[in-house]
Parts: sequence; structure tokens; C-alpha cells
Amino acid sequence: MKVQIDKDRCQGHGRCYDLAPKVFGDDEEGYGQVLGDGSVPPDLAHDAQLAVSNCPESAIDVLEEA
Amino acid sequence: MTTPEVQKDDRFSEEILGRRQDGALLGKRNAIVTGPVSDWATDFSHLEPEWAADPYPIQDELRQRCPVARTDRFGGGWLPTRYEDVAAVAYDTENFTSRSVIMSNFRPPKEIEPIGTVPPISSDPPFHHDARKLLLPAFTKTNVAKLEPATRAFCHSLIDSFDGADVVDAAHDYAQHIPMRVIADMLGFPLEDGPQFREFVENALEGVNLPTEERIAKMSKLGEYILAQIHDHLANPRDDLTTYLLNAEMYGQKLDPFVVTGAIALLLIAGIDTTWSAIGASLWHLAKTPKDRERLVSEQELLPTAMEEFLRAYGPVTMARLVKHDMNWRGIDMKAEDWVLLSFPAANRDPEQFDRADEVVIDREVNKHAAFGLGIHRCVGSHLARMELRVALEVWLQRIPKFSLADADAVTWAAGQVRGPRTLPLRIG
Repeated sequence: MKVQIDKDRCQGHGRCYDLAPKVFGDDEEGYGQVLGDGSVPPDLAHDAQLAVSNCPESAIDVLEEA
Repeated sequence: MTTPEVQKDDRFSEEILGRRQDGALLGKRNAIVTGPVSDWATDFSHLEPEWAADPYPIQDELRQRCPVARTDRFGGGWLPTRYEDVAAVAYDTENFTSRSVIMSNFRPPKEIEPIGTVPPISSDPPFHHDARKLLLPAFTKTNVAKLEPATRAFCHSLIDSFDGADVVDAAHDYAQHIPMRVIADMLGFPLEDGPQFREFVENALEGVNLPTEERIAKMSKLGEYILAQIHDHLANPRDDLTTYLLNAEMYGQKLDPFVVTGAIALLLIAGIDTTWSAIGASLWHLAKTPKDRERLVSEQELLPTAMEEFLRAYGPVTMARLVKHDMNWRGIDMKAEDWVLLSFPAANRDPEQFDRADEVVIDREVNKHAAFGLGIHRCVGSHLARMELRVALEVWLQRIPKFSLADADAVTWAAGQVRGPRTLPLRIG
């Protein structure tokens, strides 16, 4: 699985780094960012999927399905 | 050696601020209409007791019937009730301005755009982005985490103060104090000023249908308080948000004094009764729902998920916009200066968006609620609010795992755009 955040849509709700803190982090203004290149190891795929489905702005794009 | 000269900051003279304040009062007033609503689809008012007591059946009915209700009260306005419509308005800053976000009987003059009275919540692009950027760093999850130990200790001290009582008012004696304390600490205001904050909040948000002059007189108390705090901070700078805003720059200059006082007013008002309401509504739900309370006591790890569900089902905050120009919006003829009441709580209960929308499902895993708004005005304090709500509930459930409503009929709810319990007698003994 591979994810990326659409910077134009992200408003810094922070649901992604709440729900999948090993996949996403916050920048100094609280906007979400992927850690590393956005590749999600299989054991974190569930967390990442939760982040995707809970983002109020639908700002996380799934580039490759798990 | 010479002592560095303290630069005089003359932005905050009473004369300058007074002149600006007079300008802001040149807006448009309309006749105040109160009393029972004849038909919620054509005469809605979020200030009537029926709405305060239980707005959800009203919103559910409107969502099926209209789904956008209207009113001639407040000089005219609209109330979308579907998630899709609420989201569309929140995202559309071309057709809707945030110049005033409290639907009242007074529209401030257009000239205050794009800053508005309490930036950045009242600001429109592109100014909004720059004003918001000043506040964001202080409110990141990482930075608010630093306030968690003190918040936790404070919650414990509040429960210590119950001192063996059988019945306590969880809204008055617990929920309200937590955000007051946290925001006073962040702004560097005296911690004992909390009770005054309560008065400011009630004046700003609940006094909406008072005669405009009376409302302005009450609001000016907040202005005077903030100005006194600013002068104190200018004389004694310290490491807090007020000093930060006094020194902050935008476009190469120190901030306009109205941006400083407006932002402080916003933090003080918006930071308090919103979180107070969320904490109170969550405790109210748990007090009347023993199975959810027992489950959260035994499965503490479920609390972050449950908390999001409380935010969805009992989201405290409704915003407002003004229509920028005459237009046909989704089949509705809207006029320039009509209000739009932006009910995130109604959006959060739209069955098109949520399964079992009218039920509180504390283990709801997928919960794309809009309690903190959508789009560029996402609540700047959302990470702070979530920290306070989580800590307040964790401490309460640890210390008081068994509690119930002492008198369901004695519970009162705030009327207006921030809804939550204001009286909440709970039996804890």
C-alpha cells in the first residue's frame, strides 16, 4: 500500500497522525505529512486505511492498494 | 553600556481603538423577532428553547422536508441540514463570506472584509491564510501535548474539590473550568479570571437576541478586559500567546491592533464554551447510558474512538456565513446579506453520510464527522480541544466510574450556536 496527502485539501485536522502515527506525522503548522515515501508495510495497512476513511477532507490518496 | 530602549508600542491607545470600534458599529440592524416558531421550515430560530432542548428531531425533519430551511428572523437566513450542502457552503468562499460568523440581528459593515471582527475565523481569503498561519504553530498536536500534564492535574484537583458530595453539577463544577484554565494559561491571563470569561462567552454567544445597543455594551466589557491584558503584557512581556501576538509580524509589519485584539477575543470565546460543551455532552451521554459508561471504564483504549462519536453526535458548534451577492444556489434564490446557519451538528446526523446516524455508536471506526468544520476554517484549536476532552473524560472515568443523571429534567442546554449542557446534576456518590 502506498499513500500520499493532497496538500491542497489537507486542513490539518490530524486524524491521519492520530490513527496511524507510524504512517503520518504533523508538520510545524499541524498539517499532515507522510513519513518516508508513503509506502505502508502490511502490518500498518489497517491503520493507514483507517486514516484514509476518517479524513474529513478526503485528502489522503491511495496510490497503491494493499 | 546603555540600556536598550524599550520601544513604545502605541498601537493600543484608546483613541485609535475607539475610532475603529465606532466604525465597526456602522453595520445594519434588523427588527428582533423572538417567540415560538410557527414552522421550522420557514421561520426557524436556533435561539428558541425548543431548539436548545433538542435540535436533532427538528433537523432530521427538515432534512427530509426541505432540506434547506429559511427564516425571516435575523433579517433573513437559510439553514442547510444535509451534510453535502453544509460542506458545499463551508468550501465556497467565493459566494459566502465569514465576515460575521454569529447569526444575529446585526450585520457588520462590508468594509471590515476580509479581516472581520475576530480574525481569522471572521476572515476571508487571501488574508485568512496569513492570519491563520500565525496561530497554527501554537495549536499543533505536538505543542498542545505539552499542556497535557497540567490539564490532567487540574482535572484531578476539580474532582478533589467535590469532597465527598453525592451530587455535583458536572457542567458548572467540572467541564467549564477546564478550557477556561487552559486558555488563560496559554494567553497568560490571570488564572482566577475564569468567572469573567464565562460572562464574556455568554454575552457573545447567548445574548444574540438582546437589543443591539445592550449587546454592544456587554461586548465592550470583553474589549476593555483584553486591552488591560495587552497593556500589562506590553509592560511585562512573557512567554505566552499574548506576547507572541504583540510581537508577531505580517507583511513586514507588526500586526494591526484590531487583528491582535480580535484574535485574542476569538481564542478566549471560541476556546471555552465549545470544549466545555463537548465535555459536558459526553458526560451527559455516559450518565444516561450505563452500557456505554461501563464499557469505557473497562476498555479505556476505546476512549479516543468513543470521543469522536460524541463529537459527531453532539458536536457543539454551528457557524454562520453571509451570502455575498444575489444568486441561485442549488435551486434556492439567495439574496446578498442573507445569513446561512452552518450546522455541523445537522451535517453530522445526515443518514446519507453516516450509518445509524441517529445512534451513538461508541466503537464507530469510520467517522468522517465535521464537528471541527470543513475547509479553510477548520477549528484552529481542534487539537487542543481533543486533548482537553480526552483528559477530562479519562480522569473523570478513573475517579468516578459510576455516575448517573441526578435529575434529567434539571439539565439545561445553552441556546445559540454553541450547544452543550450548562446545568448537569450528576449523582456520583
